[in-house]
Amino acid sequence: MKTVRKLLSGNEAIAQGAYHAGILVATAYPGTPSTEILENLARYKDIYAEWSTNEKVAMEVGLGASYAGVRTLVSMKHVGLNVAADPFMAAATTGIHGGLVVISADDPGIHSSQGEQDNRHFAKLARVPMLEPADSQEAYDFIQVAFDLSEKFDTPVLFRITTRVAHSKSVVELDDEKVRQGRTKRFHHNVEKYVMLPTHARMRVPQMHKRMVDLTDYAETTPLNQVIEGNDRIGIVSSGVGYEYAREVFSDATFLKLGMTYPLPPKMLQQFAGKVKKLFVVEELDPFLEENIKMLGIQVEGKKHLPRFGELNKSAVHHAAVQIGTTSHSSKTSEVQPLKDLPGRPPLLCPGCPHAGAFFVLSTIGQRSKILDASGKSEKESKLIITGDIGCYTLATYPPLRAMDTAACMGASIGQAIGLEKAGVSSDIVAVIGDSTFMHSGITGIVDAVYNDAKITVVILDNGTTAMTGHQDHPGSGISAQGCATNKVSIEGIVRGAGVSDVQVVNAFDIKSVRSAIRSALDNKVLSVVIVRGKCAVANKGRKNPRQVDLEKCNDCGVCLMIGCPSIQKKDGKLHIDAMTCMGDECTVCEQLCPKKAIVPSAGKVSR
Amino acid sequence: MEVNKQDILMVGVGGQGTILASDILGEAALAMGLDVKKTDTLGMAQRGGSVTSHLRIGKKVWSPLISPGEADVLLAFEKLEAARWVNYIKPDGLVIINKLAIPPLSISLGTQKYPNDQEIIDSFRQRTSRIHLVDGTKQAGLLGDIRTLNIFMLGFLSHFLSIHFDPAIWKQAITKQLPAKILDINIRAFEKGREVASSVNL
Repeated sequence: MKTVRKLLSGNEAIAQGAYHAGILVATAYPGTPSTEILENLARYKDIYAEWSTNEKVAMEVGLGASYAGVRTLVSMKHVGLNVAADPFMAAATTGIHGGLVVISADDPGIHSSQGEQDNRHFAKLARVPMLEPADSQEAYDFIQVAFDLSEKFDTPVLFRITTRVAHSKSVVELDDEKVRQGRTKRFHHNVEKYVMLPTHARMRVPQMHKRMVDLTDYAETTPLNQVIEGNDRIGIVSSGVGYEYAREVFSDATFLKLGMTYPLPPKMLQQFAGKVKKLFVVEELDPFLEENIKMLGIQVEGKKHLPRFGELNKSAVHHAAVQIGTTSHSSKTSEVQPLKDLPGRPPLLCPGCPHAGAFFVLSTIGQRSKILDASGKSEKESKLIITGDIGCYTLATYPPLRAMDTAACMGASIGQAIGLEKAGVSSDIVAVIGDSTFMHSGITGIVDAVYNDAKITVVILDNGTTAMTGHQDHPGSGISAQGCATNKVSIEGIVRGAGVSDVQVVNAFDIKSVRSAIRSALDNKVLSVVIVRGKCAVANKGRKNPRQVDLEKCNDCGVCLMIGCPSIQKKDGKLHIDAMTCMGDECTVCEQLCPKKAIVPSAGKVSR
Repeated sequence: MEVNKQDILMVGVGGQGTILASDILGEAALAMGLDVKKTDTLGMAQRGGSVTSHLRIGKKVWSPLISPGEADVLLAFEKLEAARWVNYIKPDGLVIINKLAIPPLSISLGTQKYPNDQEIIDSFRQRTSRIHLVDGTKQAGLLGDIRTLNIFMLGFLSHFLSIHFDPAIWKQAITKQLPAKILDINIRAFEKGREVASSVNL
């Protein structure tokens, strides 16, 4: 045994803890803030780790591995669990064999998601136990407990974290030389457990209820739930990162710190409520603990004084403490404000992004730029409607491109485009979707479009990676999660195989080809697919001959600025291309678009 | 040893090495046996966005986030990014800003205005007079690679921290976080930062 102290993020700690718990299989689809869990696990050569095609598949692969008796970790972001909900509910019904832990990484405050949701409700919905760590040490410790729990109670365990827990680093003490337990891999035939015919499922349901009763008993005594003695004037019930804020604000209160947040321990809560004068719940997002505590007939307050949405923080908890009268309002520090109207720095497509050219082309079709106001609204219908999807390319919504009209959830662009067409809008409709998103859930949309003869154009932006989450491989990249060469799924093969006859593949950095491909697809009143292919700028290491502006030829028309390339800037009223960030020969989109041919290769080479 | 709490906010633009700098400081504090919490907000993975790193060091740290009005130090690698965090600095807190402007697209498009140095300094004066602009980009360039900016700035900051770190701890933390081939120049950048800071009174 060798105890070491490390500064780890919650995600790193989960990966380390799961490894120490003896997992043999890990599956995931990338999604902020969960991605680093599988990235870290993929580095261990004695486990199998995969990027699954989507979260549903990840859960199914995980379930199969569990049935074989091995410990398995499945991780995803909150909205990923929506995709995986079907097999997740099924896993809750069949139960498991090898420990199965499902990570839901929620994103309060929507740092990088399409929505906010509190996935603690999934534990109640699926009737499975849920653990919630508050920092990296707990992430490391609890994940190991989670596997024991899973096997002891024959259930998947929901392990719920949030962005702040997943991405914060804190000190973890761990056994660096911990020996992983070996396991027997064996599938036992048991149709009553594994084949969910109604007759079998009906028999499983009472067992699920029995499991929750047993787990409730467990919750009463587990060290995951702890009382921290303090002043009995106020008792705080808290969990997750909310506990960290509460400890700072209510520095001398009595605490019930819940590491297991479903099912709750009724006796423990009643006892705790009995010994404090006032009971207060500090939790992020929904009043999940509060409502479940109230169901036990215990008087408690919480959301009356705390925000019900957005990320929680110390100031909000402090504000609540003032409202309930435990803290006096100490505003020694006067409020100050930053300068008014500071320019924002919204995320943009990178210099050399292969998506920029295609979006520039789309932005110039159908008089979009004329009819959209500054906020991207219009009473008129543009002659081109662009349904969008989830990825870096969603950023094309922002000015100057403004080339996206919808973005709902993974894969929705194609279905939405079909719906708009079937509803009878008179405009042309283009669905724009990335390569990883297409693999995730665009394929069923294409099949639907073929089957139902949708007259839409689908533009698949193929940059060869899952870029927005930090460049993970996917079925179309030919590289496995663990860095090995593997089979490559062809996007055009899938599309043609589904029955699309008008399929074009174009070079993303050849603007003329991109424009003519999109034009011809729009003119051809059948289902058309244009695959715009070009290497992601961040993965692109070549960077020769950055472009520069020949100011004698430049007439300041501003076309190049409409690409939204961060390298193209205006300094002291003059156009200027930042040589440090320009991708040069790899891109040349601005050079191709400049009407005055004023953008030229710079003489000197800049290497990075 | 009596340990002062230190809440250090580091801000910059994606690609400037903000998170790496705070990682090194975090590792140094860990090596001192202190409690450390660190949280970064970088939005999506694109280049060129705003980056913020909250680093809290002390005997025991609970919240990973620094609260408004409580940052002991603001270390900014770019001026506009500094200006966003005026309300986070505590009264008489320390503000160190790299004298560099990276204009966002809205400036190039002419729809917004980049604040001038005096406006930025004046906004901080509401809270503190301990404000210093240092030309870190120039110093890093003189060292031979402007990408050493982050480590130069960290060296500059290290001179003013109320927790004393042994020089060996700094070196160890930098070594742990950086690839061997760029280690030498970064160690020099750190030392240069300390040296420049030693003649500054804050």
